[in-house]
Amino acid sequence: MTTIILAIVIGGAFGVVLDRIGATNPKYALKMLALTNLHLMKTILLAIGVASVAMFAGQMAGLVDVAHMSVKTAYLGVFIGGLLLGTGWAVTGYCPGTGLSAAATGRKDALFFIAGGLLGAAAYMASYSWIKSTGILDNMFGGKATVAAVPGTDYPSLFEGLPGDIVGIVLGLGFIVIAFALPSKFVGSGDVHGTTIPAE
Amino acid sequence: MTLSWKTGGILLGLVFLAAVLLVKPIGVSTQFVIADGIIADAISPEFITETEEGYTSENAYMAKSNGKYAKNASNPLNYSFVFVLAMMAGAAISSFLRGGVKGGEKTMPNIWRENFGDSALKRFAVSFLGGFIIVFGARLAGGCTSGHMMSGLMQTSISGYMFTLGAFGAGIPIAMMLYKKSEG
Repeated sequence: MTTIILAIVIGGAFGVVLDRIGATNPKYALKMLALTNLHLMKTILLAIGVASVAMFAGQMAGLVDVAHMSVKTAYLGVFIGGLLLGTGWAVTGYCPGTGLSAAATGRKDALFFIAGGLLGAAAYMASYSWIKSTGILDNMFGGKATVAAVPGTDYPSLFEGLPGDIVGIVLGLGFIVIAFALPSKFVGSGDVHGTTIPAE
Repeated sequence: MTLSWKTGGILLGLVFLAAVLLVKPIGVSTQFVIADGIIADAISPEFITETEEGYTSENAYMAKSNGKYAKNASNPLNYSFVFVLAMMAGAAISSFLRGGVKGGEKTMPNIWRENFGDSALKRFAVSFLGGFIIVFGARLAGGCTSGHMMSGLMQTSISGYMFTLGAFGAGIPIAMMLYKKSEG
């Protein structure tokens, strides 16, 4: 029961934040990908950086349970799947989470996105055995790999000799620096919405 | 009115942090499979079956990892599925409180209209095809923008970097070609 309450609280907060950062409006994702307005890009980079620094610092301080990490497997299909998702993302302005959320805010085109998504998932389920047989789901970099070895886990890593928690904090800070360094919008784009923040 | 990137970024980061702190990293796209499993099992009850060790399915993907997906589709009141429903509810409430999506924007975003015209049929058809390729791609990748890009990069996952490279590698040139007009 506790997990269901957590699902409602964290999921609900995620939905509210997605809406408030503009992610339920395809415009922001499309402008981010077309590089005409990087507001959403800066938001995402800062979020990754903040979450990463806090999580790894929390682990070092003993406040965050390392066992809650869940690193996904690396294989060629991750990159190919990323290409496919990126293609659809650039055309529609939706990705799975934002498409579902956009439909919930009353966007009718997002309902068609969901219908297509359900069919796409079904197509993957139907073709899974064949896709697996091609070998593109075979592990790369040892499978569930991280950049450096995270203490307290047995994830394989690219740089075994480096401390994964410190590397995580450094990379997280890197994301934050990039978030600040990127321009909000590029010269020549006339958008005035969502750029209510003064320039750096 | 959207939040500034600083406020929004910190709030979004805190949500991803809270998820790892309290439960596990956020992910969304698996739930399309779970929803399909629920539908398929409702139409054909032998799609998912309970065994002595747990659950399995006549579909190999549904049955993989010891029937993890089959189990969740049989018991939709699980963390990950409720999480996605709550996400939708949260977005709906937030949007409602801001006054909701209005007028023509409900049918298609204005940026689409500026570049591709006013045909609802065209936008709906492309949204459907886009949804197909996005969720197919997300399942092939084993995660989407939430699970791979956000949760993955924050954990320094190699798979997160591979996914992000693919998604932006395809997304940026395509969006630059398609959305030349982006004034509104």
